[in-house]
Amino acid sequence: MLTALAFYLFASVVLMSAIMVITARNPVHSVLFLILAFFNASGLFVLLGAEFIAMILVIVYVGAVAVLFLFVVMMLDMDFKNLRKGAMQYVPMGIVIGGVLLAELITIFSAWKFAPDADQNLAVPFKEEGGLTNTEALGQVLYTDYVFAFQVSGLILLVAMIGAIVLTLRHRDGVRRQVVSKQQTRKREDVLEVKKVTPGTGV
Amino acid sequence: MELMEIGLSHYLSLAAMLFTLGVFGIFLNRKNVIIILMCIELMLLAVNVNFVAFSAFLGDLTGQVFSLFILTVAAAEAAIGLAILVVFFRNKGSIAVEDISSMKG
Repeated sequence: MLTALAFYLFASVVLMSAIMVITARNPVHSVLFLILAFFNASGLFVLLGAEFIAMILVIVYVGAVAVLFLFVVMMLDMDFKNLRKGAMQYVPMGIVIGGVLLAELITIFSAWKFAPDADQNLAVPFKEEGGLTNTEALGQVLYTDYVFAFQVSGLILLVAMIGAIVLTLRHRDGVRRQVVSKQQTRKREDVLEVKKVTPGTGV
Repeated sequence: MELMEIGLSHYLSLAAMLFTLGVFGIFLNRKNVIIILMCIELMLLAVNVNFVAFSAFLGDLTGQVFSLFILTVAAAEAAIGLAILVVFFRNKGSIAVEDISSMKG
C-alpha cells in the first residue's frame, strides 16, 4: 500500500516535470525540471531495490550532466523567445507520432508476462542467502564478468573528455604566455651588449 | 493490471510515457538544440527505468549493470553535444537548428 502510494507519487512527479521540461519557456527552468525528474526517477529505483543505480543517477545526472546543461544555457546568452517561433506547426505531427508510439508501447507492455522458463536463463541471478547488498552484488559482477564492457565505458568517457577539450580549446592571439624553451635557449650575447663609456661624453 | 499492486506493467507504462514525452519534446522544440539534448536525456532515462524494472522483477542483475553503461554513454553524449554546441555558437552566434546547414552539399 505504502509502496504503491510512493510509486504513484514519484511517477506523477517524473511525468509532470518531463512535461515541464519540454514546455517551459525558459531553458533554465527546463534544466531545473530535468533535475527534479532525475531525483524522482532515482526514488523509483530505490523502490525497485536498485540503490546503487539510484545514487549514481543522482551523482552523475544531477551532479554532472544537469549542471553542465545549466552552465551552457547560462553561458550562451541568446534570444530564446525567437527559437520557439513557428514551433507550433510541428505539434500535430508530433502528437500523431507520439500517440502511435505510446499506444504501441502500452499495448505491448501492459500485457507483459515472462516466459515460464525465463528464470532458468538468468545471467546473474540475485543471491538470496548471501545477504549481499545491491552495491556489493553489482561490484562482484561488474569487475569480473563485465570487466571488458566496464573498461570500454571508461575508454568512452576518456574519448569524450579529450573530444570536449579539443573542441572547445582555442588559442587567442595577443595573449602573452610563458615559453620555457625560449627562456632556456636565450644566450647572454644575444641580448646583452657591454659598451665602453668614457666619462663625460655620454653614450 | 491492478491499481494498488505495483507490478512490472506499471513501471513499463511509466517508461513508455516518459519516452513518448521525450519524442514529443523533440517535435515541440525543433529549433532549440539544448532542449532537444534534454529530451534525449529523458528518453535515456526511460530506457534506464525499463532496464532496472526488468532487472528487479526478473531477479537478474544484468539489467542494472547495463543501465550503468547507459549512464556512461549518456554522460559522454551530453558532454560532446554541449561542446559542439558551444563551438557552433562561438562561430555562428546562434544555435537555431535551421542555421546548422552549412555542410549541406
